[in-house]
Amino acid sequence: MSRASLFIPLGVFVLIMGLGYIGFDLGARNELPSALINKPFPEFNARLLENPEQTMTRADLLGRPAMVNVWATWCPTCLSEHEELMRIAQTTDIVIVGVNYKDRPTKALQWLAQYGNPYDVVLDDRDGLLGIEMGVYGAPETFLLNAAGEVVYKRVGDINPRIWRDELEPRFRQLGVTLSANLETRNPQ
Amino acid sequence: MIPELGNFALSLAAVLALGGSVMGLAAPRDDVLQRAAMSMVFGQWAFSLLAFAALVYAFVADDFSVAYVANQSNTLLPWYYKVSAAWGGHEGSFLLWILIMGCWMAAFSLRSGQYPLHFTTRVLGILSLLNLGFICFALFTSNPFLRLIPLTPADGADLNPLLQDFGLIVHPPLLYAGYVGLAIPFALAVAALLEGRVDATWARWCRTWTNMAWAMLTCGITLGSWWAYYELGWGGWWFWDPVENASFMPWLAATALVHSLSVTENRGTFKSWTLLLAITAFSFSLLGAFIVRSGVLTSVHSFAVDPERGMYILIFLALVVGGSLSLYAARAGQASARIGYGLLSREFFMLINNVILVVSLAVVLWGTLAPIGYEALTGGRISIGTPFFNAFFVPLGLLLLAALAFLPVLNWKRTRVEVLGGVYQAMGIAAVLGVCVWFVLDPASIVVASAVALSAWVVLTHAKQLSLRLRRGRLPAAYLGMTLAHFGFAMGTLGIAVTATQSTETDVRMSPQSSVELAGQQVTFTGVIDVLGPNYSAQQGIFILTEADGSNAYELRPEKRQYFAGGNVMTEAGIAAGFFADTYLSLGEPLEGGAWAVRLHYKPLVRWVWLGALLMALGGVLAVFDKRYARQRRKRPVADADPVTA
Repeated sequence: MSRASLFIPLGVFVLIMGLGYIGFDLGARNELPSALINKPFPEFNARLLENPEQTMTRADLLGRPAMVNVWATWCPTCLSEHEELMRIAQTTDIVIVGVNYKDRPTKALQWLAQYGNPYDVVLDDRDGLLGIEMGVYGAPETFLLNAAGEVVYKRVGDINPRIWRDELEPRFRQLGVTLSANLETRNPQ
Repeated sequence: MIPELGNFALSLAAVLALGGSVMGLAAPRDDVLQRAAMSMVFGQWAFSLLAFAALVYAFVADDFSVAYVANQSNTLLPWYYKVSAAWGGHEGSFLLWILIMGCWMAAFSLRSGQYPLHFTTRVLGILSLLNLGFICFALFTSNPFLRLIPLTPADGADLNPLLQDFGLIVHPPLLYAGYVGLAIPFALAVAALLEGRVDATWARWCRTWTNMAWAMLTCGITLGSWWAYYELGWGGWWFWDPVENASFMPWLAATALVHSLSVTENRGTFKSWTLLLAITAFSFSLLGAFIVRSGVLTSVHSFAVDPERGMYILIFLALVVGGSLSLYAARAGQASARIGYGLLSREFFMLINNVILVVSLAVVLWGTLAPIGYEALTGGRISIGTPFFNAFFVPLGLLLLAALAFLPVLNWKRTRVEVLGGVYQAMGIAAVLGVCVWFVLDPASIVVASAVALSAWVVLTHAKQLSLRLRRGRLPAAYLGMTLAHFGFAMGTLGIAVTATQSTETDVRMSPQSSVELAGQQVTFTGVIDVLGPNYSAQQGIFILTEADGSNAYELRPEKRQYFAGGNVMTEAGIAAGFFADTYLSLGEPLEGGAWAVRLHYKPLVRWVWLGALLMALGGVLAVFDKRYARQRRKRPVADADPVTA
């Protein structure tokens, strides 16, 4: 066996590592953008959590920018981002649509009663079908839609003051949403 | 308080790992440092145990202020699942990994009497360095002791219902014991490269540890496959899923290592190849950890995506594997030996074995990584599925069986052609059997018939040699272990070939009191009742199975479970396990009028797949108890005076 052949394993390894690095890099890039970015939000027809008789479709989301937040009572991170969602709901005009993902409606309602409800409307996705359409990895996830119902941004993980300041607020400004700074100027609905 | 103690214990273990690696590697010949390094190894073990105990305590005490507990447990969970939930997620399972690493290191120290002290110290230094990497990974990127304060939830999110199962209590510890156990041959190989010495004695040391780790890995993979079979409700037992492949790759490398070590021990050749395999086997353990924990490949059982963790493991992998392969490239040349052997010799057949195993390894590696490469180059996604793997593994497996049939009669170095007479006789008998099977099979398949014939051939030649040896006198444990493992391989391959092609599977709509026929049995659906488990409610279907003539009645009760926390729906199959065949029922969806969609399977020889694998593992363990390893154990450590050839 020649000396050089002893380096073959090292060479093969470097090759594999390169591939692994590229794959990893892809993974990191894929994490935030969703396959839906700049594409229309999927068609859906979901029951409302608070009023199961009534349903909502994609058409109801059109006309103004909206924030779609996927949450569940089984998700501790959802609880930790809840405070920030409440703040956003109270201080801005943004329409927040909740998607109650793979959850039990009774527990979800109890949760909202206990911690407060930041959502303008909550969709009941107990079997996770809407979640599949949206390409949800897990909860919480947040999607920003423009007035045409296209996804402009997706965040996997919690919403916190830093994310609001760096990611969400500038995008909402771009979309032309009035962000009132305090409660007094909030437009009562 | 207790979780903080756990965190503190883990930090102490990290400090001791740092100390142990510095002392073990810096001055392996200094008497004081030698003893210090060894005691630090025991310290690492003790403190990892303490950390792990603290985590288990947090689970048992329902301390939901610990984020990991809140994510993985629930007050309603039975106590044994609370304990096993400790390794149900990424952070805790990695702490278990560290604890098992500590156990292997402590075991190696306890057995250190048989090695020269400077060599032990080097090995422990290398192991401590690896352990340091593991502990830092846990402390900095996946600490299981992080608190959720002040947002402490009232109750936890519950353990993933898929993991609430006996199989999952024992599967990860065994699998990790196998993965991490491969660190010992790795460290032995690196120490041998550092010392520039590889000989029969080294191979004998290495064999014991390799066999044990390999046997545990075998059991771990088998349990995982068995779990997937009865818990996922699809009736499949191997999916070529990236995570399964991640455990299969180190197994293939370790299997090759077990065989090549035998050549190095008995004939003093294959040396640098053996060293390379020892490095490779452990590298694939690490690669498996990277694949499972970085989210590069998504799969049923992978953990949450976290780029930071992936980057850490990638860097760790680069350092460990890159470092050891560089060392190999620089030093392995000294280990080469020129020892000749004929074509009809054990050496040559071991070479065939190793080539087949390494080719299989390359196939699995390609099948696992190609999707990433494809995505990197084109941005598209492909999936490489079962057909790709089958196309390679069917011929490779049959070839391996054919080579194995010759092994019992072969001697080291060269074998007289006349001894092959018995092998040909056995081949004749097996071929007749194969042809008979071919006519019986429906659908007739030449591949299955040849698998049957080849397995029979392997069993016949091994059984004949075994009886010859028995008549001649005492049987060494190593020989018995080898025979058992080869029987296991034949049994497993036979099981795979038969169950993969001869199973029947039907999806039917069954209304109450209706019956269908399944492989000669009458299956009657009596109805569905509601039952309540500790943390779930379930709809339980009651099925009565009888032979065609009405005899042998028994009941199967597959369930559809709804877990309270999280609302997950799980299918619990009803399985009548048999040595020759399994009957497997699972409930699908409820249909109108009290009817249900029901999936019925009949799986001949499916148990043989796992029994064969367990036989292999048993053979591997048995071989460790051979006299030549025992004798060496009793020997006092005089070997410190060995000349060093480095």
